[in-house]
Amino acid sequence: MSDAFSISTQQNEPLELTADVLVIGGGPAGTWAAWSAASKGARVVLADKGYCGASGATAPSGVGVWYVQPDPEERAKAKASREALGGFLADHSWMDRVLDQTYENVAHLAQWGYPFPTNERGEQVRRGMQGPEYMKIMRKVVKQAGVKILDHSPALELLLDFDGVVAGAAGVQRQENRPWSVKAGAVVIATGGCAFLSKALGTNVLTGDGGLMAAEAGGEMSGMEFSNAYSLAPAFSSVTKSAYYSWASFTYEDGRVIEGAGSQRGRSIIAKTLLTQPVFCQLDKADDETQVWMRKGQPNFFLPFDRAGINPFTDRFPVTMRLEGTVRGTGGIRIADTTCATTAPGLYAAGDAATRELICGGFTGGGSHNAAWAISSGYWAGGGAAAYALSLGEKAHNRRLRGAGRAALRPAGAGFDTAEIVRGVQSEVTPYDKNLFRTEAGLRSSLVELNGLWRAVQGRPESASTTEGVIQARQAAAMVATARWMYASAHVRTETRGMHKRVDHPAQSPEQQYRLLSGGLDTVWVKPDPTSVAAPAPKETVSR
Amino acid sequence: MIELVSQSRCIECNLCVKVCPTNVFDEVDGGAPVIARQSACQTCFMCEVYCPADALYVAPEAEASVAVDEDRLIDLGLLGSYREAVGWGPGRTPGAAKVDATDYMQEKIRKVLH
Repeated sequence: MSDAFSISTQQNEPLELTADVLVIGGGPAGTWAAWSAASKGARVVLADKGYCGASGATAPSGVGVWYVQPDPEERAKAKASREALGGFLADHSWMDRVLDQTYENVAHLAQWGYPFPTNERGEQVRRGMQGPEYMKIMRKVVKQAGVKILDHSPALELLLDFDGVVAGAAGVQRQENRPWSVKAGAVVIATGGCAFLSKALGTNVLTGDGGLMAAEAGGEMSGMEFSNAYSLAPAFSSVTKSAYYSWASFTYEDGRVIEGAGSQRGRSIIAKTLLTQPVFCQLDKADDETQVWMRKGQPNFFLPFDRAGINPFTDRFPVTMRLEGTVRGTGGIRIADTTCATTAPGLYAAGDAATRELICGGFTGGGSHNAAWAISSGYWAGGGAAAYALSLGEKAHNRRLRGAGRAALRPAGAGFDTAEIVRGVQSEVTPYDKNLFRTEAGLRSSLVELNGLWRAVQGRPESASTTEGVIQARQAAAMVATARWMYASAHVRTETRGMHKRVDHPAQSPEQQYRLLSGGLDTVWVKPDPTSVAAPAPKETVSR
Repeated sequence: MIELVSQSRCIECNLCVKVCPTNVFDEVDGGAPVIARQSACQTCFMCEVYCPADALYVAPEAEASVAVDEDRLIDLGLLGSYREAVGWGPGRTPGAAKVDATDYMQEKIRKVLH
């Protein structure tokens, strides 16, 4: 390519491939997309930043899945369960089709050999998967379907044809120190959400790269105000599993009980306390029998305790709340139709990279909903991308392409220090008093900082002399972009709805029962989604 | 964070180099891989689960590096303990197949909350 981005280091000969469909990201959504596209006869390449099978939030974890028998009453109950929590922003037809598709695809997973446990009647119980097993099988299935997997191959930018249509991507193979590019008929972004390098379990590969790439190609975001998910964890540990804290009591350092603190409704009280002092925890409400079941259910929950010599049932230990951003939030790339196409032609989105408001509204998609969404949206995005790519025929690979990446890739300003940018973003999005408890003044002040960081990442990263340095600089730029869409959206939503909490607007306002779209790079915009419920005449808000 | 590649146990298969999502290890010609970028470790334990020789130890501390003693880890039964819990390795049953705690746990959680 004539306008390849520059890495000053000596690199090996580029790897240049062609495919019908390129999938970026190899977690649940990416592997379902790749399998789906390959099953429809497309030639597929899947590029993962790390290792397809171990990368992302699912692989090191255990997930429940929103798997409900096709019984009308059960389904109605499942749909109703989170509707109010989500601020009535979910869409019934999308919930129906996700429930249907998930039910069907989980049956494939069972056929492929996922060892679902059986109940006393000898039937398989298919409501959850253990991450390592699930993702190992998905890798095997994808390979058997003929998909070419590029591990340790972060994508840095999308490639566009001269009509601006997405036609591939380019990146680097970090272990071979070699650039790669794939010319493709269509691209699926399945890069996960953004947790801002918080070390919440498995999330440090999730830095919002897909959102930035999509925006550079004309994609839009939706629901970015629903991006303030935090998860409980022992203070020293990465293992973020909140459910078991239902058996916890939370105490101050001196042992007094913190009134109202709890793992679900009382999480705000824990966060407020953590702003000024440590919070301690003990799982003293679990009886002997429950303790045994807890160990069987989630072996990785006990890993940090066993290794640190803590008995969580009898010992007090300090806890923290780690930021999970849009990974357990619901905001992401806007989905434009039932094939999971984005508003950028040739580009599809799936999993946590995409908005999950369609099935969870504004309340965390963490656990079962996100797992079901990854399975379904991956399946649809892969199928949609394959159909689109195959319809292009030979034209797909005869296009002249240019790189769409700008920030941190094609310098238009002074040098910047990547570590400083990362610290800068984290200091705006991590503190509970900025992101969890939001205010007009706080958001405005954060946006000023973030806009400054955005201008800085237009320059040349000082780390540009190494492959790792370029990857990290680009990640930093993606985090800045993500944070700006988050806070610009949070600023416009002058109410409390779903997980979005405005301290200065504590009530849900009936006039704001619509989803918020956002986007833009140098100039960020936010506007109501005209297709969502009860939307008034769209008004656009621009923040410079 | 990853703290140990056991020189005596490592079989030099380099699987950890391959599976680590954040590219922490480097291959070494004719030797065990090295922890080349420890600060990039996200403490996800995936390298340990994949290691066929139980040669790796990921300490639970995510933010700080801690000193570990291989003999003591072996005495405590911690080398390979997570792989065993997941049920990977010859002659083991995947933990995923063993039990479904969902109903039991959901019922219990409901009781605790109300």
